[in-house]
Amino acid sequence: MLEEIALIFLLVGLTAYAVLGGADFGAGFWDLTAGSASRGARMRGFIHTAMGPVWEANHVWLIFVLVMTWTCFPAAFGPLMETLYVPLFLAAVGIILRGAAYALRGEAATISEARGLGAMFALSSILAPFFFGCAIGAIASGEVPAEGDASRPFGVWLNPTSLLIGALAVATGAYNAAVFLAADAKRAGIADLAEAFRRRALGAAIAAGALALGGLAVINADAPDLFDGLTSGTGLLAVIASALAGLITIWLVASGRFEPARYTSATAVGAIIAGWALAQRPDFLPGELTFEDAAAGTPTLTFVVIGVVVALLIIVPALYVLFRLKLEGRLGEPVQPIPGAPTEEERAG
Amino acid sequence: MLESIPTLLGPLVAQADAVSQPYLLEARQMQALSLAVHIPLVCFGISFPAVVLFVEGLWLRTGNPVYKQLAKRWSKVMLILFAIGVVTGTILSFELGLLWPRFMEQWGEVFGFAFALEGVAFFVEAIFIAVYVYGWDRLPERWHLASGIPIVIAGVAGSSLVIAVNGWMNTPQGFELDAQGNVTDVSPLNALLNPNLWHEEVHMYLAGFIVVGAIVSGVYAVAWLRGRRGPYYRAGLVVPLCVLALAAPAQIVVGDWAARTVAETQPIKLAAFEGLHETTEGADLTLGGWYADGKVYGGVSIPKLLSFLAFHDPNATVTGLDQAPEGDRPPVAWVRNSFQIMVGIGTLLALLGLWFLWCRLRHGRLPRSRWFYRFVVAAGPLSLVALIAGWIVTEVGRQPWIVYELMRVEEAVTGAEGVPVGYATLVVVYIGLAVIAAVMLRRLARRPPETELERGAGEVEVLP
Repeated sequence: MLEEIALIFLLVGLTAYAVLGGADFGAGFWDLTAGSASRGARMRGFIHTAMGPVWEANHVWLIFVLVMTWTCFPAAFGPLMETLYVPLFLAAVGIILRGAAYALRGEAATISEARGLGAMFALSSILAPFFFGCAIGAIASGEVPAEGDASRPFGVWLNPTSLLIGALAVATGAYNAAVFLAADAKRAGIADLAEAFRRRALGAAIAAGALALGGLAVINADAPDLFDGLTSGTGLLAVIASALAGLITIWLVASGRFEPARYTSATAVGAIIAGWALAQRPDFLPGELTFEDAAAGTPTLTFVVIGVVVALLIIVPALYVLFRLKLEGRLGEPVQPIPGAPTEEERAG
Repeated sequence: MLESIPTLLGPLVAQADAVSQPYLLEARQMQALSLAVHIPLVCFGISFPAVVLFVEGLWLRTGNPVYKQLAKRWSKVMLILFAIGVVTGTILSFELGLLWPRFMEQWGEVFGFAFALEGVAFFVEAIFIAVYVYGWDRLPERWHLASGIPIVIAGVAGSSLVIAVNGWMNTPQGFELDAQGNVTDVSPLNALLNPNLWHEEVHMYLAGFIVVGAIVSGVYAVAWLRGRRGPYYRAGLVVPLCVLALAAPAQIVVGDWAARTVAETQPIKLAAFEGLHETTEGADLTLGGWYADGKVYGGVSIPKLLSFLAFHDPNATVTGLDQAPEGDRPPVAWVRNSFQIMVGIGTLLALLGLWFLWCRLRHGRLPRSRWFYRFVVAAGPLSLVALIAGWIVTEVGRQPWIVYELMRVEEAVTGAEGVPVGYATLVVVYIGLAVIAAVMLRRLARRPPETELERGAGEVEVLP
């Protein structure tokens, strides 16, 4: 019972990170594809401003997931970290490079420096979710032994299922980011950017949907147990719920109703994460370690569950205030374009 | 069939690796490097918000715009350092698992609760730091001040909880071990409230104020020496100097308490602090000197002082390193020399603080000697050296144990082969982060303080 509650908290944290952190990463994807320095300037400036006040808070969900795993499921955390050290380390490096480039790009002295930093920001925005996705794929396809295995640093995650889920993580983040940015742009009254993100959201939704459907065939061939879990019983229900939420989001986005689309797109992500957990139930590490065996003792779980509930009472209202203020435009500067660095004439002027 | 062979072999290979990590030292250095980068940022998380709020409070009370300029400017520094701290803290969270998976696996459930609470504090800090810094001039004044209070509380609470885990590694409790050595009967609260928590927490908390006081006043002392002595620079100098002057002398008292607790709970560690080989009744204390090749070169020996300091009894018996088997002793040179550096710098900083207080209280003015300001400039880097030296004392002093007398570091380390690659990557990353921090802070410092009154929001990035 307790370990199930802890697991639900863990999954909620993972969903929050996949949605909010994923959208931050996705914003980097749209930055990469915004076009030439002059054409993409407004979009890049808007993305930069929209991320400003919230990226630290979005990022903390990752810490929450790590801490919940090592405290509540220590027997799984050890082997996970030991076995998947390559993708997890690369994801961590991606997070660092991304934060660094984001902070520095306004400082670039030349156009090529600005482009270089912009590219680093965008590229690391893609790599981080990709490697996290690969790590999840390796867990889901049963590659992680209960004793940990550092002897196959690449073999464990360079397989079709892992790569697929890595790609899916990137696509989902891009799609969520486009939905959120469209909503932000509409609120800010910038109609053309809202329209631009609307089109991008639809494109990304189709890409993510196609990847998910095509991916089922890959999973069927590569990880049949996972496929069975996702296509039967409660796992199937979650997959259907996710697909439905995705379709509703597409409909909402297509008709320009971005605010409700924020929530339905988050639901789609949450449902597929729940589906993953249901598909491999009762195992944490499929075929190796059950949730029950991985779980910490009752006293620890009791303390953490009570602690998280109390914490939510503090954090949820605080987060509400932050997002409220941000959405009302009461935090931060008005949008300014990022055209790369100023030219000599601009500097002189 | 063929595919299942690696899976079958996996556990065996992993077990074999567990006892042979050729890069254990590099793994420890990597962890130490990450801690050394993160801890100065933690100091700013612990104490800087309180200092910023104090200055904002001065503004609300006096209406003097200089205080607003200062508080707003400092809040941006706070945000930059927090953002970098988020990154370095994330690296640390990953490293705990990536470098020491067996430590986390076996003991995670005992101390993890503290980290869970720390995560909450971190969350609160991240939320309100955004509200506070981006909310300048946009929130009603009192609400803006109020939005900073959670940052102060969360900064202190978060660091206390991490220190609770460090205290626990030094005095592990709050669990039982069964016949197979598995952890049972965990009491998370008991683990959290361990005997080393209290002095470590107060010691670190004061250290946070000393480091922030020394570094920030050092920046304005440079300006002072260059002749910039207007009200803005004066306030920027005096506020952190007061912080330093109050915290540094108090730290000496707390340091004494910390050493006495270590004498009780980890006598071998205390012996390493002093380089005491034989268990001695009425042990002498050698001030200063340099420890190498098993003995202290130089320094002043004061009879019976060590016994007196450790137990408040000049004839008390102090345990020496000889009470522990050779393999269970920490590397004494590292520990003793770091300890001396920490104590020496701490004493200098306390004297500097007293100099300031003397002029201030006795004569009602700032010290006139240029040397005072030169010392203040030097105090910033020196305080960082003392801070890192202090952590070397407590961390290296615990060696060879990761969990004191229960788990050795070589039992905790990963079997992964990529340690040197990761280490090299991290070095590059940290150099990059340092450059970024320097560039951003310099850019901020170049803007005239008056701009803080013009600009609406507290955004940090200037888009070209």
